[in-house]
Amino acid sequence: MSPAPLNWTALLVFVFFFLLVTVLGFVAARWKSGDLGQLHEWGLGGRRFGTIITWFLIGGDFYTAYTMIAVPALVYSLGAYGFFALPYTIIVYPIVFSVMPRLWNVCHQNNYITAADYIAERFASKWLALAVAITGLVATMPYIALQLIGMQVAIAGLGVGGGGFPGVKSLVAQFPWLGTVVNDSPLIVAFIILALYTYTSGLRAPAMIAFVKDVMIYIVVIAAVAIIPLRLGGYGAVFHAVDQAFQTKGSATGLLLKPAQALPFASLALGSALAAFMYPHTMTAVLSSSSVDTVRKNAILLPLYTILLGLIALLGYMAIAAGIKLDKPTGVVPALFNKIFPDWFAGFSFAAIAIGALVPAAIMSIGAANLFTRNIWKAFLRPGTSPTGESIVAKNVSLLVKIGALAFIIFLPTQYAIDLQLLGGIWILQIFPSVVFGLYRTRVHANCLLLGWLAGMTIGTVLAESMQLKPVYPLQFAGQTYTVYIGLIALSANVVVSFAASWILTVAGAKPAS
Amino acid sequence: MNPVPEKSLGPWAILLLIPFVALLWVPFYNSIEPTLLGFPFFYWYQFVWVPTTSILIYIVYLKTK
Repeated sequence: MSPAPLNWTALLVFVFFFLLVTVLGFVAARWKSGDLGQLHEWGLGGRRFGTIITWFLIGGDFYTAYTMIAVPALVYSLGAYGFFALPYTIIVYPIVFSVMPRLWNVCHQNNYITAADYIAERFASKWLALAVAITGLVATMPYIALQLIGMQVAIAGLGVGGGGFPGVKSLVAQFPWLGTVVNDSPLIVAFIILALYTYTSGLRAPAMIAFVKDVMIYIVVIAAVAIIPLRLGGYGAVFHAVDQAFQTKGSATGLLLKPAQALPFASLALGSALAAFMYPHTMTAVLSSSSVDTVRKNAILLPLYTILLGLIALLGYMAIAAGIKLDKPTGVVPALFNKIFPDWFAGFSFAAIAIGALVPAAIMSIGAANLFTRNIWKAFLRPGTSPTGESIVAKNVSLLVKIGALAFIIFLPTQYAIDLQLLGGIWILQIFPSVVFGLYRTRVHANCLLLGWLAGMTIGTVLAESMQLKPVYPLQFAGQTYTVYIGLIALSANVVVSFAASWILTVAGAKPAS
Repeated sequence: MNPVPEKSLGPWAILLLIPFVALLWVPFYNSIEPTLLGFPFFYWYQFVWVPTTSILIYIVYLKTK
């Protein structure tokens, strides 16, 4: 991060809002009160969230702080291609509307807390459930780490960090690792606070904070898309400047998609949409809603956040038009806000982004903790765990997961988290057949789904590795090259293997679970 | 385990497929003209599909309630 000078006004505004949500996080324990010693109370908020709370919760959880940083950064450097986030977050809702009410119903009736709970019984296979749970865990961990990057970028925008005190400097000279810890001390403090109130309040904390966070983000984005283009001469001028900038660079990308980008664009949008609600955090938010009607209504109402996301994406273009030049595009949003907004509003904006990281990080760690507790700890390690015991395990795992993500970000290169998150997206897509096919009258066998999952995981990982962790792969077919999202290639293999193997077993006389 | 009681969406589900076609077939909208309020077609077309998709889902919601 480039050390910007410390901005006191912005810092004060930032600290004020951060303290406000900290108080809310702890107060949330008493909200819609329930026995937090029970896992479904701690980890699903007692399934009591109505349409509006669920809307804020999923909105805060799906459109993360990292999105606020990464999507404009992608648009800033890649132009139209970066906009795949828009079709992705539109077509995801017909999928949510069709699939998620079924999942909610079956989980509600049988008191399942995770998708893997449901798979364990639906296919009578705790091994398939284990595969689904582990996939969810490994896909979520780097995602939590990315939220920390989002927070890091926002804090760096304030000009905080650098360890400038003389005493600290001499200590750092002796212990180099201390330097990274000192630089990241605001991040560490923020994360400890987050860990504590997630521990005490469970899912109620992010649900309450999501409300504040989203109102702040809406204010920031509406202000940005109203004020910034005025300063830059209107949207026409912004798009014109962007077109000029890409043309002078003579790059393989621009204001429109190049012919070679169309298929990667569409396949990334489709693959990401199929994967989006397979993640434990989005699933947890869906399962915590109070009725099937809540889920359906949210599929209708959540696209409002997609408008917001599209506007956020445009910030990348505004930065180009404002003449912001950066080596590391992740800093593009803070740089733009610092340049255009008055100090106090820049501070408000950075607080919105940082708080925006807390909500998904909390829900992700809760989703991961639920999976570990139910489908690994209880299913394999301690089958006799009582409901109270489950809650204790989950609380502690949520702490561990967050400490792990924090250590990851502080001690390892940022790129690791980004690469792993990309792999995580490919991996999580591989549980789609197990989760979704079981909701319909499909004749698939548990072991065949497991085989398909294995095929998908292997092919996805190998292809991604072979492309140096780029998301798309050039498939050669009948003399033509088709560049497609690797997650979709792996999912196709997964589905073919699952069905082919099931068909063979059925022909051989075996009966699938139904 | 209880069987899945959720009823099927029936023929109305076809409405839910329209956004997929509209947005995944890139040649439909990969152009500058016509512009709207300074926005090239590529951008405002995608924005228009956000409320349109909401409305389509809402129709299916009403018809399958």
